[in-house]
Amino acid sequence: MKELNFKTGLRDGIPIALGYLSVSFTFGITAVNMGIPPITAILISLTNVTSAGQVAGIGIIAAHGGFAEMALAQLIINIRYALMSLSLSQKLDAKYSLSHRIITSFCVTDEVFAVASGKSGDIPARYMYGLMTLPYLFWSGGTAVGAFLGAILPDVIKSALGIAIYGMFIAIFIPPSKKSLGVMSVVITAAALSWFIYYLPALDFISSGISIIICTIIAAALGALLFPRGKEAADNE
Amino acid sequence: MSDALYLFTSVAVMALVTYLIRMLPLSLFRKKIKSRFVLDFLYYVPYAVLAAMTIPAVFYSSNSVISAAAGFLVAAVLAFFERGLLTVAVCACGGVFLTELIMRLFV
Repeated sequence: MKELNFKTGLRDGIPIALGYLSVSFTFGITAVNMGIPPITAILISLTNVTSAGQVAGIGIIAAHGGFAEMALAQLIINIRYALMSLSLSQKLDAKYSLSHRIITSFCVTDEVFAVASGKSGDIPARYMYGLMTLPYLFWSGGTAVGAFLGAILPDVIKSALGIAIYGMFIAIFIPPSKKSLGVMSVVITAAALSWFIYYLPALDFISSGISIIICTIIAAALGALLFPRGKEAADNE
Repeated sequence: MSDALYLFTSVAVMALVTYLIRMLPLSLFRKKIKSRFVLDFLYYVPYAVLAAMTIPAVFYSSNSVISAAAGFLVAAVLAFFERGLLTVAVCACGGVFLTELIMRLFV
């Protein structure tokens, strides 16, 4: 078995970092398209390191939403990280101190979690630092490139690039919908609710952040109630 | 409140909430979640979030609803055939770009 150290962590982080480059690039473009200053977009990537939460966040900022709405939206969208951190906390080695936990928890993303939890045996802090380094740099750097290019690119190119981040979202939720009736039902429910909230004049008072919260809670709860997964499926994660 | 202060506070709120969600469980708790409902709910959350964020916002992501709808269609078909994230995203952009070129010919 290969040793888990800073170097092997760095190497395992390369594919994650490359994937982040394109997503963060489109995030930068999307943010600038929405009227967010490039510096703010970069600051968001430096301090948040999460795709869906950041996209919802810039939507709320662009609509001049309130801080409570922002906090609640981030809580709901990112609550999955609590589960990942919880799961990861059981895999850290005995020498993994509280200060290391406080620092490395900053960068627990879906992909970092997936790679780390796929390792056999306990994980040392130096491996986590290695694993997180390149994804973090590429996430912030890609945002910077996207944000500054977004400010100077011609309008037809910006218009075409605006859909990129949604294309990635679609590529994430459609394939599992083919294999799982539960996921498909959750996706259709959330999309339909979001559609109704957006277009029904009577629901105009619901802002984008609150809409995501409502759609997510109802759709995910319905999925958990109507399509509970077998014990094996959950244990295999 | 000035624009700069509003922006800064919004980003601070985002970052703080997101960090606490990750930090508290990793640093404080050691127990495993037992509730099947909670586990399944958390499993479905990312899909619900992404679907709600995509629909209907994707249709307003370009200069025209028609080109955006074309890009959405391209993305949905390629995603159905399980192409990678980057392929789906780039082709969706291409779909928007081509549709807007064609629309210019007729306007």
